[in-house]
Amino acid sequence: MISRRWPYFLFAIWILALGSTPLWAGNYVVRLAITIAMFTGLTLSWNFIGGFTGYPSFSTAAFFGLGSYVGALAQRAGVPMVFAWALATLLVGLFAAALGGILLRLRGHYFAIGSIGVVEVVRLLIASWGSFTGGGDGLNVPFVAGGPDVVARIFLAAMVGIMVAVFATTVGVDRSRLGFGLRCIQQNEDAADMVGINTTIYKIAAYTLSALFCGTIGAAYASWTGYIDPNESFSILMTIKVPVMCLLGGSGTRFGPVIGAAAFTLLEEFFWANFLDYNRAILGAVIVVLIFFLPGGLLRMPYRGLGTRIGRPWVQPKAAA
Amino acid sequence: MAYLQILVNGVVLGALYTCLAVGFSLVWGVLNIINMLHGSLIILGGYLTFFAWHGFGIHPLVALPVVALVLFAIGYLTQLLLINRVVSEPVLTTLTLTFGLDLILYNFMTVYYTATPRRVTLDLGVVEISGIVMPVDRLLAMTLALLLTGILYVVLRGSRIGRAIVAVRMDRDAAALMGIRVDRIYAITFGIGALMAGATGAVFAMMYPITTNLTTTFLGKAFVVCVIGGLGSVQGALVGGIVLGVVESLAGQMVGPQHALTVGFALMLLLLLVKPTGLTGIRGYE
Repeated sequence: MISRRWPYFLFAIWILALGSTPLWAGNYVVRLAITIAMFTGLTLSWNFIGGFTGYPSFSTAAFFGLGSYVGALAQRAGVPMVFAWALATLLVGLFAAALGGILLRLRGHYFAIGSIGVVEVVRLLIASWGSFTGGGDGLNVPFVAGGPDVVARIFLAAMVGIMVAVFATTVGVDRSRLGFGLRCIQQNEDAADMVGINTTIYKIAAYTLSALFCGTIGAAYASWTGYIDPNESFSILMTIKVPVMCLLGGSGTRFGPVIGAAAFTLLEEFFWANFLDYNRAILGAVIVVLIFFLPGGLLRMPYRGLGTRIGRPWVQPKAAA
Repeated sequence: MAYLQILVNGVVLGALYTCLAVGFSLVWGVLNIINMLHGSLIILGGYLTFFAWHGFGIHPLVALPVVALVLFAIGYLTQLLLINRVVSEPVLTTLTLTFGLDLILYNFMTVYYTATPRRVTLDLGVVEISGIVMPVDRLLAMTLALLLTGILYVVLRGSRIGRAIVAVRMDRDAAALMGIRVDRIYAITFGIGALMAGATGAVFAMMYPITTNLTTTFLGKAFVVCVIGGLGSVQGALVGGIVLGVVESLAGQMVGPQHALTVGFALMLLLLLVKPTGLTGIRGYE
C-alpha cells in the first residue's frame, strides 16, 4: 500500500511548500507559487476532457477569459469578491454545458478547430462590445486592500485552495462510474455507446467539469492582477500551453497534470529570466522535444528505451488516424 | 452601385483567401494534420519577397517563384525529418508539434525582422470600370492568387505526383500497395502546402503591409475557409474563400468592420454544426 500512497504524500508536501512560500521566500517566489497553483488548476481541469475523455479541446482560454470577465464585471457592480468568483464558476459551467451539447457532436480535427473557434468568437465579441466590457481598452478590477504582502497571501491561499479542489474532484471522478465511462469513451466511443454508456451526457459532464474551475481561476486571476483585456484573457498561447502541460506530465492520470504544470511553469520562468528574446523559441523547442521523446509524459517516461529512441533516425509512418 | 463595389471587393479578397487556405486544406486533407505553421509560413514568404525587393531591387513577380521554391524546400524537410515521425498520432499530438514549430519560426522572424509592418509598393495606379474602382495591384494579386490555385488544381489532376497525392488521400494503405512511397508523398504534400503559403505571402506583400502580428489572423482565415468550403479539395477552398471574402465585405459594410472577423468565425461554427463537410460537400480531390 505504501507504493500506492506515496504520490499523495508527495502532493501534500508540494501543497505545503507552495502554501508556505510567504514564510520563507520573497514576493517573487510567492508570485511564482501563485502562477504554478493557477496553471495546475487549469491543467487538472483540462485533464477531464483532454486526458480522461481524449477529446482534443482547445477552449481553456475561452473559459478562463469568460470567467475573468464575469468576475470583473460582477466586482465592478459591487458584488463581493468571493461571490463574484462563485458567479463566474456557475456561469462558465452553464456556458460550457450548453456549448458542449452542440460542440461535442464533432470529433477529432473538427472538434479541435471548433473549440479554437469558440475562443476566437468569445474574444472578438468581448473586444467589440465596448460599452459593456470596455472593449480593447480592458477593464480595471477593484484592488484588494492591505498592501502587496497581504494581497499575495490571500491569492496564494485562494489559488492553492482551488488547485486542491480540482485535484479532489479529479480523484473523485477517477474513482467513480463517470471516470470509468470517460475512459471507455477515450478508448472507443462507439463501443462505449454500445455497452450502455450514455456518451452524450458523459462527454458534456467532462466538458463542463473542464470549464467549471477555469471560470473560478479566471475570476480569481482578474481580482489578483486588477486589470484584464481581451488579448491577454483569451490568448491562443494559453489555450495550447495548458494541454502541453498536461501532456508533459502525463494526461489521463491524477498526478500528471500537477507535475506537468509545475515543470512547465518553472521552465518557462527560467527561460523568461535568461533568454528574453528567444523564450518563445525555447518553449517551442520544449514542445518538440516533448512530442518526440516523452510521448507518455514525465510519468510514463520510457526511461530504459530512451537511448534507442534518440538513436532511431527514421520511423515509418503508421496508418493515419 | 455601392453594393456592386462591395461585392467586387469581396471577390478580390476571396481569391486571396482561397490561395491562403488551399495549402492548409491540402495538408489537412491528405496528412490529417492541422498545420499551425501555416500563418507563419505565409509571413515568411512575404518577408522574403519584401527583402528581395527592398534589398536587391528584385521585382516581386520575379521573386515569387523563387520564394515559393524555398518554402517548398523548408516544408519538405520539416515533414520528412520531423512531422513524419508522429503523423499517425492523434490530432492533439500533431497540432501541438506544429504549434511548437510555429513558436520557433515566429520567434526568429520577430527577432530578425521585428514586428514593423513592411509593404512592397508598386504604385500601379487605379482602374475604373463603369463606376467600380479597383487598384491595379489588387487586381494583379487576385489574378496571381487564382492562377496559383489553378496550377495546383491542374497538378493534382494531371501529374503523376498529383494523382499519387490524391491516391494517398483516398486510401493510404491501398496507395502503399500500388508502390507509392507514402512518406515521400506526405513530405511533398507538406512542401506544396508551404509553397502555396509562401506564394500567398508574396502576393500579400504587394497589397498589404506584412508583420508577424498577422500570423494568427491568417491561420484563423485558413480554418474558416476550410470549414466553410469543405476540406481537402481545391474547389472547396475556392468556394470557402469567395464566400468568406464576400461575407466579410458585406458584414464590414453593414455592421462595421470591427465585426467582420466575428461574422466569419460565427459562420464557421454554424457550418461545423450543420454541415461539417462544408458547402461543397466534396470529400476528396476526385
